[in-house]
Amino acid sequence: MLNVGSIEQGFVLDHIRAGKAMTIYHDLKLDKLDCCVAIIKNAKSNKMGKKDIIKVECPVDELDLSIVGFIDPNITVNIIEHGEIVGKKKLELPKQIVNVIKCKNPRCITSIEQELDQIFTLTDKEHAIYRCRYCEEKYHGHRNK
Amino acid sequence: MHRQLKNLRHVISPLDLTVEELDQMMDLAEDMEANPEKYAHVCDGMKLAALFYEPSTRTRLSFESAMLNLGGQVIGFHSSDSSSATKGESVADTIRVLSCFADIAAMRHPKEGAAYVASINSEIPVINGGDGGHQHPTQTLADLCTIRKYKGRLNNLTVGICGDLKFGRTVHSLISALVRYTGVRFVLISPEELQLPSYVKENVLNANNIEYVEKIRLEEALPELDILYMTRVQKERFFNEEDYIRMKDFYILDKEKMKLAKEDMYVLHPLPRVNEISVEVDKDPRAAYFKQVYWGMYMRMALIFTLLELEVE
Repeated sequence: MLNVGSIEQGFVLDHIRAGKAMTIYHDLKLDKLDCCVAIIKNAKSNKMGKKDIIKVECPVDELDLSIVGFIDPNITVNIIEHGEIVGKKKLELPKQIVNVIKCKNPRCITSIEQELDQIFTLTDKEHAIYRCRYCEEKYHGHRNK
Repeated sequence: MHRQLKNLRHVISPLDLTVEELDQMMDLAEDMEANPEKYAHVCDGMKLAALFYEPSTRTRLSFESAMLNLGGQVIGFHSSDSSSATKGESVADTIRVLSCFADIAAMRHPKEGAAYVASINSEIPVINGGDGGHQHPTQTLADLCTIRKYKGRLNNLTVGICGDLKFGRTVHSLISALVRYTGVRFVLISPEELQLPSYVKENVLNANNIEYVEKIRLEEALPELDILYMTRVQKERFFNEEDYIRMKDFYILDKEKMKLAKEDMYVLHPLPRVNEISVEVDKDPRAAYFKQVYWGMYMRMALIFTLLELEVE
């Protein structure tokens, strides 16, 4: 297996569904972060067959990972300090998600005004239901469902 | 320069007003009707921007009349063709510009959420005059005022809502407002394809433990109703002409059907009607839909008065 060096401080996002790492890279806006990021594609996995992994070298409070809970709750987020795993981040559904999914309602104002942020608010935590802030159109479940 | 307000507020959904505020507004509307001269100059020197991106007769003229009755003036446009929207101007920019000219704005837009976008970019109060199939709060003010006028109360009512419950924004707004009164139950009468959207059922009816039943036949529902709210199947909400033609004649209220209703069951309709209420019903004392238009104007006056923080002695 390809060997990518361990990191001193930051996060390892493990068990990403194979092929989804680049999407998550953009969702987390890692392209805008001035730090070392490693993306491993199609790594072998006993549980999943193959999987993607993202390693991010950064101070642990510098990255907002709340969106991962919405994208795919099966992703494991390991917190790394001094080269060791010091904990796993509990993934929860974020109260609001901005510019991650698009409203599919053709009558929504966002369908004609593309510069508007695509804002969804969690209205039912138990059933993972989000609604468009503008037209209240429903979005059900996690994105990588 | 627009009027400086202590508290800039917008009305995008009927829930932007508390039950107490609604009650006060209905009292105010009744006082305005009884004593028009008292309010005839409260808006002297002020302007209402009527931003109508899609055709509307009743709502626009009602807003305009309301502002004129308060002594104010009206500026604006009547269709997106005559506004900068055709040049690609955003709703946000339009309202920012209008904030420089007017004191208050009323907006009708075919897209859902447009009035909300305006409100978060505005320096003047924005009133939603209808956004797509979403909300139409000032129609709700007219509906509530009419129901209270005829029934003497807004609680303990069985309200039948018939027709296009899917795209009927007046329906969504009315239900959201009525669930805040005790003892209100709904009979939702529509073909399967035009049933109430899930967000209204889940977020409004179920979330407030409101009793409701869904029926397909109007005749079956009529005997138990205190209020019947009829709606038009709106051609402009359909992407498919065939679907519209199939649905439009589904419900027609006529003299025969009115015989099934209680003596004090009043019929409301947001208008315009096409053929869903036969003209023979107009003479029935239970037909309240033209009075609804009348009270709608006074409620809009009361709303403008309230949002502009006006006072009379």
